[in-house]
Amino acid sequence: MISLSECSKAFHRGGANEVQALEGITIELDEGDFATVIGSNGAGKSTLLNAVAGVFFLDQGTISVAGRDVTRWPEYKRATLIARVFQNPLLGTCPSATIEQNLALARRRGKRRGLAPGVLQRERAQFIDALGTIGLGLEHRLRDRVGLLSGGQRQALTMLMATLVRPEVLLLDEHTAALDPKTARQILALTRDIIAEHKLTALMVTHNMKDAIALGNRLIMLHQGRVVVGVAGADKQQLTVDDLLRKFYQVQGEALANDSMLLT
Amino acid sequence: MTAYAALGALEQGLAYGIMAIGVFISFRILDFPDLTVDGSLPLGAAVSAVAITSGVNPYLSLILAIVAGSMAGWVTAILNTKFKILHLLASILTMIALYSINIRIMGGPNIALIGAPSVFDPVIGLGIPAHLASLVVFAVFAVAVVILVIWFLRTEFGQAMLATGDNPQMITSLGVNTHFIIIAGVGLSNGLVALSGALIAQNQGAADVGMGIGTIIAGLASVIVGETLFGTASVARSIIAALLGSVVYRLAIAFALGFEWGGFSFSPSDLNLITALLVVGAMSAPHLKKRLLAR
Ligand SMILES: Nc1ncnc2c1ncn2[C@@H]1O[C@H](COP(=O)(O)OP(=O)(O)OP(=O)(O)O)[C@@H](O)[C@H]1O
Ligand SMILES: [Mg+2]
Repeated sequence: MISLSECSKAFHRGGANEVQALEGITIELDEGDFATVIGSNGAGKSTLLNAVAGVFFLDQGTISVAGRDVTRWPEYKRATLIARVFQNPLLGTCPSATIEQNLALARRRGKRRGLAPGVLQRERAQFIDALGTIGLGLEHRLRDRVGLLSGGQRQALTMLMATLVRPEVLLLDEHTAALDPKTARQILALTRDIIAEHKLTALMVTHNMKDAIALGNRLIMLHQGRVVVGVAGADKQQLTVDDLLRKFYQVQGEALANDSMLLT
Repeated sequence: MTAYAALGALEQGLAYGIMAIGVFISFRILDFPDLTVDGSLPLGAAVSAVAITSGVNPYLSLILAIVAGSMAGWVTAILNTKFKILHLLASILTMIALYSINIRIMGGPNIALIGAPSVFDPVIGLGIPAHLASLVVFAVFAVAVVILVIWFLRTEFGQAMLATGDNPQMITSLGVNTHFIIIAGVGLSNGLVALSGALIAQNQGAADVGMGIGTIIAGLASVIVGETLFGTASVARSIIAALLGSVVYRLAIAFALGFEWGGFSFSPSDLNLITALLVVGAMSAPHLKKRLLAR
């Protein structure tokens, strides 16, 4: 469960190249809601996810996750509640550590790390089971360094790592964009399965309209840092790519019209 | 090179090898180029020497040295993480500050330890000849440090430290406060460097404010020579390689200093040049090997 209330964020505030990346964003996701997030380049999608994850603090507004106000929590502390998968497969894992070491790091997400062994024997059985579910044969390669894996394998591993400890919110930022189409479909299927299995609350940014429609029960369209379209439930099921494109151009058109009004 | 010189080089290689492991932790694991070590090595020596001359047990004085060195590391890491000063600059600031602090601690630029109790006494008491006692003590300390550091890096905390150097963004998203890890790691690194300085001071019978000059270069040379000769297949291996690299480095210097050709011989002031050539050689060796094999 997550709720954003009137969230705003500007970069380079007061400077000549000030960007209002988020402007008065209010979003409520209930427990188990899976929202896809779309919008053109620079709409503020990544900024929205970074704001939730705590990469920076908001200028205005509040964020609460699972009933706790996390607005002033630093990023590492929010990780007790939030898991992420990045667009770049290199960002989600440690290349020089082995698969089991990466999984063990993830299994301790948000927990105190002391002088106990970094990887426990009994965890290995759990890792083998979990890796078995993604069907890439990684369960036989626990001691291989992750740097040896392909981008798709890494992204699958990162998905697993993000959900090894159940997060209150899962953030996915174009996590299939850097993969070839076939691998991207596999990772997307894996994403859908994992979210369904654990009944996760999730925000997924994508540039693929079909995916945005096919996955999840909510859809959010951002434009210039604002939520311009929100669709849920039955409406979302009936949504077509054409509907979405129409809404998209409608919004863009309005924005253009607004801009030209400002200019004249 | 005489056997006596070789023995001395081996001794130095082991004692400075502890420092090299410290440099490995900051430089390689945390990706934090840390020049604090030029100040924390004499800091360890100074603290240990002052403690011993005021009647503290020599072994206990090592612990004090480690604590002091760690604190120096914390200062550098806090300047970097909390005050956002570039790591290199932060470490230079701590290093120059330590120059003054070390003189304050010693009440002058040096302290003689000739005739004072030392960590070698119990070993000499066992009947081992004095010139071998320091070798034995250094070997025991060096091996203990290797084992402890390898153990530490396999713990949960150690794994988080490795990940912090490798992929800070990822480990932050897994709930680790990377600032805390960097402060702990740079502290550990300088604690080891100070331990090395304390052992060396007790062996040479004096702590001197100038004994830290060039520590970072010697440390890097050891790490790089070790990596080239002994490999980096695992973290454990890299740590052993840093220690062995330090031994090879000291042997190479002893060899160069004993080298004569016609009327030519190196003088101690050529040491920096030799070190630089050694590092260049070690760093370019893998590259040259590849090119030669490709033919
Ligand atoms: N760290 C930053 N510093 C300055 N400006 C930023 C920063 N992050 C984002 N911006 C700006 O904020 C705006 C929104 O960027 P954001 O990355 O959120 O867009 P996006 O919707 O994710 O786009 P894309 O589809 O291209 O990924 C852009 O104008 C961008 O230049
Ligand atoms: Mg983006």
